[in-house]
Amino acid sequence: MDLTILLFLVQDGITNGAIYALLGFALVLVFAVTRIIFIPQGEFVAYGALTYAMLQGGHVPGTAYLLPIFAFVALLFDLYAERSRITGAFLLRQGIDKIVVPLGLLFAARELAGVSTIASLVLTVAIVSALGPHLYRIAFQPLADRSVLVLLIAAVGTHLALTGLGLVFFGAEGQRADALTDFSVDLGPLPVSGQNIAVYVATLLLIAGLYWFFERTVQGKALRATAVNRLGARLVGIRTKGTGKIALALAAGIGAVSGVLLAPMTTIYYDTGFVIGLKGFVAAIIGGLASYPLAAAAALAVGLIESFASFFASDYKEVIVFTLLIPVLLVRSFASKHTDEED
Amino acid sequence: MTNRIALCLFAAIVILAPFVPGFPPFWIILLDNIGLAAIVAIGLVVLTGVGGLTSFGQAALAGFGAYSAAVLTTHYGWSPIATLPVALAVSALAALLLGFVTVRLAGHYLPLGTIAWGLALYYLFGQLEVLGRHDGISSIPPLTIGPISFHEPARLHAVIWGALLVSGIATLNLLDSRVGRAIRSLRRGSTMAGAFGISPSQAKLIVFVYAAVLAGLSGWLYAFFQSAVTPSPFNLNAGISYLFMAVVGGAGQVWGAIAGAFIITELRDVIQRVMPAILADSALYEPIVFGVLLIVLLQVAPDGLWPLVQRVLPEAKPRGIAIDAQALAGRDLPVARGSEILKVSDATKKFGGLTAVNAVNFGVKSGEIVALIGPNGAGKSTTFNLITGVLSLSSGTVSFAGQTISGIGQQRIAELGIARTFQHVKLLPDMSVLENVALGGHLRGRKGLLSALIRTDRAEEAALFAEAARQIERVGLGEHMHKPAGSLALGQQRIVEIARALTMNPSLLLLDEPAAGLRHFEKGQLSDLLSQLRSEGMSVLLVEHDMGFVMGLTDHIVVLDFGTKIAEGPPDVIRKHPAVLEAYLGGAAEPKKTSSAVSGGAEA
Repeated sequence: MDLTILLFLVQDGITNGAIYALLGFALVLVFAVTRIIFIPQGEFVAYGALTYAMLQGGHVPGTAYLLPIFAFVALLFDLYAERSRITGAFLLRQGIDKIVVPLGLLFAARELAGVSTIASLVLTVAIVSALGPHLYRIAFQPLADRSVLVLLIAAVGTHLALTGLGLVFFGAEGQRADALTDFSVDLGPLPVSGQNIAVYVATLLLIAGLYWFFERTVQGKALRATAVNRLGARLVGIRTKGTGKIALALAAGIGAVSGVLLAPMTTIYYDTGFVIGLKGFVAAIIGGLASYPLAAAAALAVGLIESFASFFASDYKEVIVFTLLIPVLLVRSFASKHTDEED
Repeated sequence: MTNRIALCLFAAIVILAPFVPGFPPFWIILLDNIGLAAIVAIGLVVLTGVGGLTSFGQAALAGFGAYSAAVLTTHYGWSPIATLPVALAVSALAALLLGFVTVRLAGHYLPLGTIAWGLALYYLFGQLEVLGRHDGISSIPPLTIGPISFHEPARLHAVIWGALLVSGIATLNLLDSRVGRAIRSLRRGSTMAGAFGISPSQAKLIVFVYAAVLAGLSGWLYAFFQSAVTPSPFNLNAGISYLFMAVVGGAGQVWGAIAGAFIITELRDVIQRVMPAILADSALYEPIVFGVLLIVLLQVAPDGLWPLVQRVLPEAKPRGIAIDAQALAGRDLPVARGSEILKVSDATKKFGGLTAVNAVNFGVKSGEIVALIGPNGAGKSTTFNLITGVLSLSSGTVSFAGQTISGIGQQRIAELGIARTFQHVKLLPDMSVLENVALGGHLRGRKGLLSALIRTDRAEEAALFAEAARQIERVGLGEHMHKPAGSLALGQQRIVEIARALTMNPSLLLLDEPAAGLRHFEKGQLSDLLSQLRSEGMSVLLVEHDMGFVMGLTDHIVVLDFGTKIAEGPPDVIRKHPAVLEAYLGGAAEPKKTSSAVSGGAEA
């Protein structure tokens, strides 16, 4: 193995690692706020990538149709839950949230498909992240006070349903998007593409953005408060249902961005997201589902290990990455020794 | 016993069904699929429903059984039946290795761990040359036992459902045994299990291996059923679907597993057969239907469907108690009456910067009732946890009958004869009072997994239950013996905990707020009971806030405040002790402290 290959593997590892880091953040965020071990995170990546690829190719993506459907079901849930105290203001809010916005995005997707890269990018993130809150309303909000285990099983169910919906709305064909830019720069013997740079910049920007959100905004602080103590947060007037929706909107948005970044680098199928998401998991779990910096470092490590494994033992790449999780889990559960009391 | 008879009848009907003229061959295949899935799901019932360990990886474990059969029959020419013990042993060994790591995982790390190795094993099956990589292994010979061939579908069908019957009966036996109660206790956390001498990690490993052996059995049968083995039936989705069956049916019940396997397999079949008529590409919709269904079910019927069926079935007869059962071995008093049985020397416990218990010294004499009192947060329950080995001491020692017990672990301490109750009641609410109390006798039984499965543990079980019943009568809850423990009032649940502790036949009883939640009359009864135990030579250390109860009953009182012993002596001395009065009511010299001290005193 010469230096060029080494550098290439490192670059590949860091690029993938950056994306795993983003997903790891989303998973830490969702778990901290809602206690959901969010298995379907990877589906948002696939949805993001496929939506972006289709918009770029001038097609209206399936997610643009899926969003109004999700929103409508969520509307029915809300109408039923609030059936005895429906007010005009409530209907107006619901109408905007569940009908106007989704249909508006569908309309925008039909009008703007194939117009420009920027439009595709913005639309992709808007559509996919809008799916998050509705998904929370339908699948998780009714179970919000149940055990972590019940929420995990619900997450697995959501993963199955979303994968199936991905197949229906996008088909079994894989898709690949055009690169964001043709820009490339040589770093010694190693060519670094604009796409790679975009991944690094986007990751850093998102991290900075999340930091700002959690440190400087009331919404962000409410999310952190909910993460620390749900009951306490409720007692000081934070709507924990609302924070769950925000958490899932953020997670879906992060997934969409990751998908957009990945789409030009590899062919994405409707079910590709799952395994990518699970690697984000490996990172998130190394971070104890609690620490963002640790998750980021772990994500880079996972990316690097995967990259080198695919060079030296490509057949066993997945085996290695997932087996790696077990000793980590072991160390983790020793570190948090007394968490298994009661259920 | 009725449950077993019903299972036998049900299996017999299913086994004989194909011999009815005109029985569609297609149904045989469907029933076989249901049977194969139900065997795995029954393992999950014990693992997840009863033991509380969620596994998404059962399909991968089934893979070990299937590949063992395939490799040994095709590569090495073994006779099919000879591969059965190997297949089961390989699954058990794999589970032992995986379980050694997995069961140590706490909380939600455990299901995640099973996802991780479930995926890793699936990829491994698809990569190993000896397993035929992604193409798998085909042309597996039909199952033969001696001269009898089970090639014909109706015969193999009988084998599959026979295996299901055996698995079901064995599981019912297991759940109704000493080991079964230990497995059930896992859901209540390791502290309670440990207090009665159960090793939680050992119990978890047993149930994990047991579930894996059932999965391996199903995989082994599958290899002969399909005559071919590929990796895909052992992937994570299959693992999810097994768990799904257990959840749909109602985890925790053998019948629930069979019902769940039936519903899911049948539903999948319906989707595959019926949906093409309505929609093209119907295979697309299967995961959507399953995913949505799972979420709907969790929201609508979180305990699964079997409990709904159970509601209309006649209630099971309460367990009979054999009055003539042989008595369990007793225990000699470890020290002479009146000499020191428990000695706490300079016990200190620090949690980070907080010193919860600070250099506390006191002793309990054999045949004495000693009370540990103090305002909230004084370190009383922490002291209990230090004595019973739930927490480790930061410094100092605890000795029992002259032997140092600090650091020897919860189970060893329980074996020496220290039993306890908990401030926050730790009973299994769905289990009857009798079974809860029998759990206390865990250390007085010896029978393990194998005797439970083949039911050679009956005499010991009868003796354990007779003892448990005797203790329940003794504490005055005889009329509630067969009710679920969770249906009793909280005060009564505390008394159930005392009966459970007594079933351990301890020499020292540690009671954490035993009179809380009792009515005046019940407190009197409890006081009488404790006096009677004392007269029999039992030593008691109790934490209690009811001063009337404490003053009237105890021989000696130790007072803690902020982790430090502030006074010690007989009740009459403590009643007038200035430091105690200040701790409870607030000293006149420190008016600022009054409000917090009063709130502490109000509960006294």
